[in-house]
Amino acid sequence: MKKDIILSGVGGQGILSIATVIGRAVLDAGLRIKQAEVHGMSQRGGDVQSNLRISSDEVRSDLIPQGAADIVISLEPMEALRYLKWLAADGWIVTNTVPFKNIDNYPADDAIARELAARPHVVRIDAEAIAREAASPRSANMALLGAAAPFLELPVEKLEQGIRDIFARKGEQVVEQNLAAFRAGYAHAQKQIG
Amino acid sequence: MAKRELLLGDEALALGALHAGLSGVYAYPGTPSTEITEYIQLHPLTAQRGIHCVWSANEKTAMEEALGMSFAGKRALVCMKHVGMNVAADAFVNAAMTGANGGLVVVAADDPSMHSSQNEQDSRFYGKFAGVPVFEPSTQQEAYDMVQEAFGLSERHRIPVLMRLTTRMAHSRAVVEVADVREQNALHCPEAEHKRQWVLMPANSRVRYKALLEENARLEQEAETSRFNTYTDGADKSLGIIACGIAHNYVMENFAQGAPYPVLKISQYPLPAALIRRMAAECRALLVAEEGQPVVEEALRGILPTPIAIRGRLTGELPRTGELTPDSVRAALGLAPLEAHAPSEIVVPRPPALCQGCGHRDMYAALTEVVREEYPAAKVFSDIGCYTLGWLAPFHAIDTVVDMGASITMAKGAADAGLRPAIAVIGDSTFTHSGMTGLLDAVNERSPITVIISDNLTTGMTGGQDSAGTGRLEQICAGLGVDPAHIRVTVPLPKNREEMKRLIREEIAYDGVSVIVPRRECIQTAKRHAAKK
Repeated sequence: MKKDIILSGVGGQGILSIATVIGRAVLDAGLRIKQAEVHGMSQRGGDVQSNLRISSDEVRSDLIPQGAADIVISLEPMEALRYLKWLAADGWIVTNTVPFKNIDNYPADDAIARELAARPHVVRIDAEAIAREAASPRSANMALLGAAAPFLELPVEKLEQGIRDIFARKGEQVVEQNLAAFRAGYAHAQKQIG
Repeated sequence: MAKRELLLGDEALALGALHAGLSGVYAYPGTPSTEITEYIQLHPLTAQRGIHCVWSANEKTAMEEALGMSFAGKRALVCMKHVGMNVAADAFVNAAMTGANGGLVVVAADDPSMHSSQNEQDSRFYGKFAGVPVFEPSTQQEAYDMVQEAFGLSERHRIPVLMRLTTRMAHSRAVVEVADVREQNALHCPEAEHKRQWVLMPANSRVRYKALLEENARLEQEAETSRFNTYTDGADKSLGIIACGIAHNYVMENFAQGAPYPVLKISQYPLPAALIRRMAAECRALLVAEEGQPVVEEALRGILPTPIAIRGRLTGELPRTGELTPDSVRAALGLAPLEAHAPSEIVVPRPPALCQGCGHRDMYAALTEVVREEYPAAKVFSDIGCYTLGWLAPFHAIDTVVDMGASITMAKGAADAGLRPAIAVIGDSTFTHSGMTGLLDAVNERSPITVIISDNLTTGMTGGQDSAGTGRLEQICAGLGVDPAHIRVTVPLPKNREEMKRLIREEIAYDGVSVIVPRRECIQTAKRHAAKK
């Protein structure tokens, strides 16, 4: 099996926590993994991305080749569109719909919505709203991970265990909030893909 | 007992150094090298063993401090980004002359494509320039294994060893199998025949330099038989591929079933000339895939006795600038691209920006208002840090950014030429890194410059590491000779705008060295401190 995942968002949104949870689940499942990210300037409100490669065989390149990404998971809608060149023709986009407008020339909301809707395989969720309803708005990244979980070919229990492991030191309440957001995101995705 | 861990390339190297019996890491923060030192700082073994891990003022002091530990017989690691090698260069090149006593490994983490840098530079040149061996890992596992090998090589040949990483290795995670921990070395200084080379007077240096050249011949033999340089034969001899460091991954990514051509993976230098000659003798053309500058590609034209088609960055098969990707290597191999979606036309760039609430914003707001209202001919010479973002909208506040500390020295040079006002904007960590010596020059000549040290009590852009002069900047400036009446401290907040503007006006008008210190903790580190409580 192989799964090439691009995680994207804006610096500070928490995409790296998503990568950490998936990474934990992958190790637990005995698969191989490479996960590349960019530090430094990316903390400062710029676009950030991580390349996450999962495989049962040896992973060579740390970077995902163009056309090889199976899924783009994005915490921000314009950032989801930034990586179309890497997405396989039948690849999935799972994205938050809430825009992060920290630039003057951000495109019109309906333009972004139209481009996303035009993709054959897309799941769009309001991650903040789902997280808020299930637990806490700070778990938006876990809600997004839940929405992407149906496409990862990883057992859901292993992802949930990953959440427990990663957030354990923040206390039981934070763990439960993140699990609740994850499950709510998962349910939303299941509804959309039917 | 083999254990498995998911580690960044930086972390794998750091853990490998700890397991090799490290006694000290010396470094200045710089992307993508910062995490090596941070990993060591946080590792339990470090506290247990009393391993030195405090940040140095700059890469030169870091290199020299590590050299001192090596002189005393213990194993030391130096870490920096590629431009840091420029700062450390005097010490680094001369460390090849003194040689090492305790193992000495210098790590240069290059940033091709300049994700977070002023330029691209290939640190392998420094290895060749100084005459030291270079290791270039292809995988995170190699980063862990190689640093241990490097310490051993350093002690056997009594020479510093350079390890070269690039961003995509440093900041990418993979599973690493880790081994046992070695003891640290005991204190022991150079003896007998090894004492003279540590005193680089011409009489000693001339003898040592000849020995260094002979040593390099032996180091080339090591590279020929190194387990990190692998020759994998292939039936199709129309092409031979030389792949250095992580470029090997991009080549093999495109040959899932194994490459049809012979592939020579190079991860240890000096170049293994015999292996290269073998490939050249058997193949009709060579493709050189290397990250950074065409170091190997250029060298080949000297090694080979007869002309052979050599393709790479210099011939256009691979891009001359920027980092390699599996896609650019795929194109160089003549393979068709995979099918993908067309890019979106509506996506726009999202550049980094100063955080909302950052003190640098208030400093720039005050400065730009004064300059625009009253001093349109003023030039602002700035430096490397978060405040470099002052070049972008909405501030457009600065005119130059060149290298660490250049703000103050360029302002002085421009003032020498008659430019008024000449204003320098520098951060607190950059100031102690390389601004102090420039300030001394300015004080010695009473230069009419206005220096703004925008103090957020941290090394911000690299993630909030300690800053060497925190709490002592005014004393340092007064100690260097700045008139205390012209060292002005203020708190950069919107409510203090008019006061800040007044200070700036007064100090611009003063015909001598002025230092203004707008001081407020970085909001990112402030958030982290508050969360800990």
